Amino acid sequence: MTQPHIRLSDVEMTFSRPDGVGEDIHALGPIQLDLRHGEFFAVVGPSGCGKSTLLELMIGLTNPTKGTITFEGQPINGSCPDGIGVVFQEDASFAWLTVRDNIAFGLRRMALDRREQDERVEQALAMMGLVEFADVYPSQLSGGMRQRVCIARTLVTQPRLILLDEPFGALDQQTRLLMGDEILSLWRKTGATIFLITHALDEAAMLADRIGVMSSRPGQLIDIVETNWPKDRDSRIVENDAFGAVTARLWRSLRVESMKAIGKKDAQA
Amino acid sequence: MTKAGLIRLALIAVLLGALEVLVRIGRIDALTMQAPHKMLLDLYAMLASGKLNKAIAKTMGNAGFAFVIAVSLGVISGLMIHRMRRVRETLDPLFATYYAIPVFAFYPLLILLLGLGDAPQIFIGVMLGFVAVVVNTLNGLDRVPRVLLKTARVNGMNGLETALKITLPSAAPYILTGAKFAVAYSLIGVIGAEFIMSTGGMGYEISFAYNNFDNATMYPLIIMILVASISINMVISRWEKSLLKRRGLQ
Amino acid sequence: MSPSTRRLIVNMGWLTLVILALWQGLYALIGDIALRSPLATLQFTAKFVTTPQFATHLAETSKAFVLALSIAMASGLAIGFVLGLKRFASDIFEPFLIAIYSVPKITLYPILLLVFGLGLSAKVAFGAIHGIVPIALFTLNAVRNVKPVLLKTARVMGLSSTTTIRTVIFPSALPEIFAGLRIGFSLTLIGTLLGEMFASQRGLGFLLMNAIGLHNVDVIVMLTFLLTGFAGIAGIVLLLINRRITAQA
Repeated sequence: MTQPHIRLSDVEMTFSRPDGVGEDIHALGPIQLDLRHGEFFAVVGPSGCGKSTLLELMIGLTNPTKGTITFEGQPINGSCPDGIGVVFQEDASFAWLTVRDNIAFGLRRMALDRREQDERVEQALAMMGLVEFADVYPSQLSGGMRQRVCIARTLVTQPRLILLDEPFGALDQQTRLLMGDEILSLWRKTGATIFLITHALDEAAMLADRIGVMSSRPGQLIDIVETNWPKDRDSRIVENDAFGAVTARLWRSLRVESMKAIGKKDAQA
Repeated sequence: MTKAGLIRLALIAVLLGALEVLVRIGRIDALTMQAPHKMLLDLYAMLASGKLNKAIAKTMGNAGFAFVIAVSLGVISGLMIHRMRRVRETLDPLFATYYAIPVFAFYPLLILLLGLGDAPQIFIGVMLGFVAVVVNTLNGLDRVPRVLLKTARVNGMNGLETALKITLPSAAPYILTGAKFAVAYSLIGVIGAEFIMSTGGMGYEISFAYNNFDNATMYPLIIMILVASISINMVISRWEKSLLKRRGLQ
Repeated sequence: MSPSTRRLIVNMGWLTLVILALWQGLYALIGDIALRSPLATLQFTAKFVTTPQFATHLAETSKAFVLALSIAMASGLAIGFVLGLKRFASDIFEPFLIAIYSVPKITLYPILLLVFGLGLSAKVAFGAIHGIVPIALFTLNAVRNVKPVLLKTARVMGLSSTTTIRTVIFPSALPEIFAGLRIGFSLTLIGTLLGEMFASQRGLGFLLMNAIGLHNVDVIVMLTFLLTGFAGIAGIVLLLINRRITAQA
């Protein structure tokens, strides 16, 4: 049996209230999850279900209250291991650096010689279609292009596991579909494992091999859907008959949870 | 130049012209206000004679020194206070009311503590400028997007690295705003202190000239201070604007 | 009382304690030659504030400050509203305001004295120019930053321009306008006092300057204490009101 790429066992997260009064908030878990090497895994869930907390646990920004997370056999403890790259939902480009310097920033932790560094930056620029924008500042780019800069900044480190936290949340629908295509082609080219957090069911259905459905708080995995898409898919998969079935199944699992999340007490299945 | 800028220039020209005419025809008497051209001639004569160079050097030097201390100390303190929530909450009311405090009242005490030299004047300048820098630095640090700090942590940066490479660059436009205030405040501090009690410097010379109806000395000195503070301010503003523009904020 | 208000007052208490401790410590260090202990200052203050001499100077300063603040508020708000509503006018005049804000106004005082003569009007003018500019700049920005969608809504509803100002622009800009008034208050106060310090024969600023000249430590420390205390308390009260307005908006 091969070792999972990343394993979450019995992971739980509880926050104490900021003012110290009242009960603690049980935000997440318990969660069991194994990601296979090279798979594309997406997580969908209602807002406030702890998706982003889950991501913070996986990159070591927060330690779980209970349970352990192991990446390539090593437990994650308080810092982000080499080999994991992350792209956040918000614009994380550095406004004071050019696109090229932004991307090179990702390499600062690595002891690489100058030539290797330049090569990797050029590669990332080319892969994300940013070559002609290498010397401009992020403010001159659209939101989608800025998000590409952040993806490129992650790619230069050649991560084996890429975590994406609603990276297209702020973009319009068409751009999202096209960015989805790019992520798929990146995934094939790099062979990395991808873990995508999203609230868009169609996005998850289109991109992922497996989709985990999370419940409302405390977030737990209530369903895992296999899509069985071919590896060389792209956004045109939405024309496939099975696409509707996958999306429908996601919504069936999620509808009651989403109603709970917006405060409908009498939610019924 | 923009249309608004041209109108602005024209307005200044009209105002100066009107002043010139009013003084020349005697509607404004020469003991109150000098004709603008006369102020310039006096300024030239004053600089050419060099008799006040020492006073000018003293004041500008002290103000410059106060400015540098206020900005560097202010930024460092801002970074430190930002990390200590309790300290910050305790200091907040002080920051909110600081500029209503008559700082010059502390001058006699400072003279006693620091001696009769330039130190108390510089200290007053620092006292005034420092808080503006701290407040604006804190304001800038509050606005550093959380995602950038997360990025720093994912990249395994320590506190110092994060400050130098992420938070300070991100807060730079706000720090420059603080620096602009510090220019004015360090001049106010130094000149005000010279007004109160001093035997030299531009503030002393201005009040001496005022008491002796020596408008030929007073106006050029005032103009010098105004021009110096406005030009330094414009330089910083321009820098600030280019930073903001690069960030798409203006 | 809201938790944030309570926290502010608790913090204020801590701050007062820290300052008193520092004051006492400094006094222990330098002694009576240039400082008085907090207790001695309180005793002297209690005695001094009942004298007719103090009452006269306080009345003079109050009069100058109230006048200066009224002028600063009226003209600051007027300038701010006009420039905030008229984009082109603000393009022309805003740089002037910023320039005035950024010069050390203390250097302008001799000119004001020559224009207004020694007396009440010069220090009122000096106090007012300290206050006008921040009030005008904050109001200008507040009015300009009113959300366009609110203005569109007002137009759709067919509101007249005065009604729009009264019912839409003013309430939505109020928190920021009040922040300007708060800063204007502080700066007008310090402007008035500086005016009295540098050239005047009456008022608390004059009293302070006189005490500095005579090296009357009792009076220096007392006035510093009184003025700082007043500025501090007034500033906190205004800050609390400001927070309440901001929370409602």
